[in-house]
Amino acid sequence: MFGEVPRAMAQDTPLISGGIGFFTSTNGGNTSYIPTISPVLAAPLGDSVLVESRANLLEDFFPGPSGYNTTHFVGLSYLQLDYIATSHLTIVAGYFLTPFGTYNERLSAIWIGNFQDGPLILPIGTGSTGSSSGVMIRGSAVSTTNFSIDYAAYFSGNSTNEQFRSTRATGGRVSIYLPKQGLEVGTSYARSLATVQTNSYGMHLWWEPIGTPFRLRSEYAHAAHAAGYWIETDYRLSRLRGEESVVGRIEPIFRWQQVFRNHPDPTDGLPSVDTKQVEFGLDYRLPHEIRILTSYGRQITPVGDRNIWQTGLVYRFLFPAWKGKS
Amino acid sequence: MSTERRLLWLFGGVMLVVFLAAAEPGAARRAQSTREAKNTKTNGQQNEGEKKFQQNCSRCHNAPESFSPRIAGTIVRHMRVRASLSKQDAEAILHFLNP
Repeated sequence: MFGEVPRAMAQDTPLISGGIGFFTSTNGGNTSYIPTISPVLAAPLGDSVLVESRANLLEDFFPGPSGYNTTHFVGLSYLQLDYIATSHLTIVAGYFLTPFGTYNERLSAIWIGNFQDGPLILPIGTGSTGSSSGVMIRGSAVSTTNFSIDYAAYFSGNSTNEQFRSTRATGGRVSIYLPKQGLEVGTSYARSLATVQTNSYGMHLWWEPIGTPFRLRSEYAHAAHAAGYWIETDYRLSRLRGEESVVGRIEPIFRWQQVFRNHPDPTDGLPSVDTKQVEFGLDYRLPHEIRILTSYGRQITPVGDRNIWQTGLVYRFLFPAWKGKS
Repeated sequence: MSTERRLLWLFGGVMLVVFLAAAEPGAARRAQSTREAKNTKTNGQQNEGEKKFQQNCSRCHNAPESFSPRIAGTIVRHMRVRASLSKQDAEAILHFLNP
């Protein structure tokens, strides 16, 4: 796995990582082109502190009445200072990804997610930006050979700053992981402390059987005016001639999701009507950290159905930010 | 048959195929025996680190193909926060990445 890593003393040199991608999305017959770069910076300070940040820069070329229009977006996903206080406690301050469910923290990076778009219920518990400004505590409560429990709890203030937009809220997540079964279950909670105070609840289940390339991930979330779930599976064909073979680099993917509306709410970022969406795709992992993403989806709503075709090419990079110790 | 019903049947069929493939006992045994054969060649600490890497890091993303040992400590500290690793697990993964 790490055959090319030179054997030398591990160091704490700051690093730059991230992904560069070019995506296309044909939604209801209209095709958009979206070149994106998402760099990550991680810089350790002393033995217990880490400063880390992830930015997103993208240009969206989309069809208009008189040819293609373009919009651009530059923003931060997080800019945070982590203080590793004890073996089981890390204190995070700054602008961080809101710990609700699993997608936002684990799968939203462009070089990780199987699909170009996040799930429809992503705004539940994470808001419109997916990030919070304030303080978070997190860590591993228990870690044994049979199970581990991790936790995260946060408080976020209201921020209208363009780069650090967030709302006043609190919440957290607890997960238990059974390594022998490859099973993780967890629950999340968020309470909006804005003028109208509302609660959001979530549950997640991941199953990744040991010794197989199969992965199943799923989440359910409930908010004041809507609820929904998604189930995603992938299965890399590495059993056929190994991971590095032409066939073994193919990864069929599948996602099914539903949103149920109980009340109209134009502010919550969720579909305005009951929605079902099924997606099939094939990802292909080329050598040198390049990945091809393709998917076809069908969105079904009471006001009409539509097809969603998406393709993407993503390159993941990782290198030291400057010279290390000799 | 409505479009919705057809999609549900399709969903069920895909899930069944994927589950059967994942649970295929012969392949699982082969993978297990290959892993065990590899494990006998490495020391226990390395095994522990690899196991922790698979349990905490590989569940979300593939391992990078290569990287400089200069940033191995930074990668593990980043993962310690992201994946809520205990100190012991982080040390095992660092040993695995940079023995």
